Amino acid sequence: MTTGLPTVVLVDDHELFRAGVRAELEGLVDIRAEAGNVEEAASATLRERPDVVLLDVHMPGGGGVEVIRQVAQKRPTQRFLALSVSDAAEDVIAVIRAGARGYVTKSISGEELADAIRRVRDDDAVFSPRLAGFVLDAFQGEIPEAEVDPELDRLTLREREVLRLIARGYQYKEIALRLSISHKTVEAHVSAVLRKLQLSNRHELSRWAVERRLVD
Amino acid sequence: MTRDTRNGWVAGVLAGLGDRVGVDPLVLRIAFVIAAIATGGLLLLAYLVAWAALPAAEGDSAPVARFSPLARVRGDWRVAVGAGLLTLSALLAFRQLGIWWSDAIAWPLALAAFGVALLWVRSPRRAALPADGQAPHVEPPRPSPEARPRRAGSKLAEEYSGAFGVLLVVGAALLFLSSNHVLGGVRDAALTAVVVIVALGLILAPFLWRFGRNLAAERAKRIRSEERAEVAAHLHDSVLQTLTLMQKRADDPREVASLARRQERELRDWLAGGGRSDNGERSLASELRSAAEAIEDDHRVAIESIVVGDCGLDTRADAVLGAAREALLNAARHSGDSGPIRVYAEIDDAGIALFVRDRGSGFDPGTVPSDRRGVRESIVGRMERAGGRADIRSSPGGGTEVAIEIARSDAATREPT
Repeated sequence: MTTGLPTVVLVDDHELFRAGVRAELEGLVDIRAEAGNVEEAASATLRERPDVVLLDVHMPGGGGVEVIRQVAQKRPTQRFLALSVSDAAEDVIAVIRAGARGYVTKSISGEELADAIRRVRDDDAVFSPRLAGFVLDAFQGEIPEAEVDPELDRLTLREREVLRLIARGYQYKEIALRLSISHKTVEAHVSAVLRKLQLSNRHELSRWAVERRLVD
Repeated sequence: MTRDTRNGWVAGVLAGLGDRVGVDPLVLRIAFVIAAIATGGLLLLAYLVAWAALPAAEGDSAPVARFSPLARVRGDWRVAVGAGLLTLSALLAFRQLGIWWSDAIAWPLALAAFGVALLWVRSPRRAALPADGQAPHVEPPRPSPEARPRRAGSKLAEEYSGAFGVLLVVGAALLFLSSNHVLGGVRDAALTAVVVIVALGLILAPFLWRFGRNLAAERAKRIRSEERAEVAAHLHDSVLQTLTLMQKRADDPREVASLARRQERELRDWLAGGGRSDNGERSLASELRSAAEAIEDDHRVAIESIVVGDCGLDTRADAVLGAAREALLNAARHSGDSGPIRVYAEIDDAGIALFVRDRGSGFDPGTVPSDRRGVRESIVGRMERAGGRADIRSSPGGGTEVAIEIARSDAATREPT
């Protein structure tokens, strides 16, 4: 585990929003650079090599997914935390599948955001309640047995329990207490879910997200 | 008098007549067949005349079209073939009666009748003289919604049958001319005409093409500006209004937060295409959402709801909805400014689980304040009566969580509780 303030590159196309985040994170993280579009974001990230890139999902020129794609070619270990006003499942699932280690909404408080950044720096996954709900929804339906890759296409009972508690608004330490497991184990479960989300071909998750958007 | 296309067998002439004079159409049909045979087919002509002359009682349904749910197009073919055969049989009947011009006219006439019928039935709305007797005034004010895409989808087939109709009529004319040995002289003139038409087409093609492209560009531009106007109107009515209100109420943070939240919700709905209000179907998920929104507005709190799965509203879902509403109201009253109230609902075939959680001051379950006892009863009691259960967990300073659970078995939805 690294100590000290996490280093961050802040990417958002709204100047006003960046200023707000900067003010809220004052003293909690070390913001090395800011970027307002995809190219700036990619070059600033490769230059600064921050612990975490705080990444807006919606931006002109391809959005957060494009930033992740460009950076990942040269620096596959870069960690991203997606930050968005969007509740749309397709946006959220797309950026997670591209490689972001977590997703939080812009309404999150400064302290919670700093905490989420620290967790991503420490290689944990950060699920907002809404993301947990999306994942539960995506993995809920039945699929033919033959097509199931049990490693990737199913959530274990425990993972499901953990996600449910996240969706209900529990913090990790509350979940640990509730399920009588350690904080580390909770993190391990969430990371496992993240991995499944990124690797599973199940129902082609992105298609699920698109369909859901139509229904919702 | 009208043709009754709904009950008719061919074009509804007899059904309409039967309806008019109060006689069973079947009797009329039998009488018609006998009379047609007796008059050597002359009555068939009368039938055709009546078909063309009488408007259809049922605005939208073409004669014979109801035989095949699939299609106008197939209906067109049937009508056209029917018209051709009727003409032919009428002509043959004339021959039987001794009235006969020559073979040279019979076949071309039958072919032409077939082609013309195809052309007329193809576009009853545009036709100057509706072949199926569908006068313009009986056209329904609004075509049924499913008729539109189907028409568009079969457009190619329609064009095809139209071209075929034209070919038939032209072919009939040529056949007539050639059997009367007058085609030789016409051939030269026809060749000249064809050459002139092709030349004209070549000259005009670029103009026509450019004209069409300009029209398309014009149309795209108009659509864009209309969309822009719509967006502008919406933003003006909603977002600008709210921003003005927020500036006025800047001294009341709760009010401002509530205004912003309401506006955010409204804008999100609008961006999502308003799908929720459009389909108008009531489900547990949509009802939960609107209950949460109503309480957000009334109590100026923030409610984050996450719903996984969905189901229709039966007795049990209703109980869950009612209990959830009570729990939300309770949380809204007691949670204060301690962050959003969270609702999480999971609905699958086995059951419904719903959690309402706030991070307010909480209370000691051992010493339930009397004002909360009623709420407790309305949540726990309601769920127990419906065959489910509810738990209220709370601790001073630790917030409150209401957990509601109920099974969804088939038997349970049928028996009233």
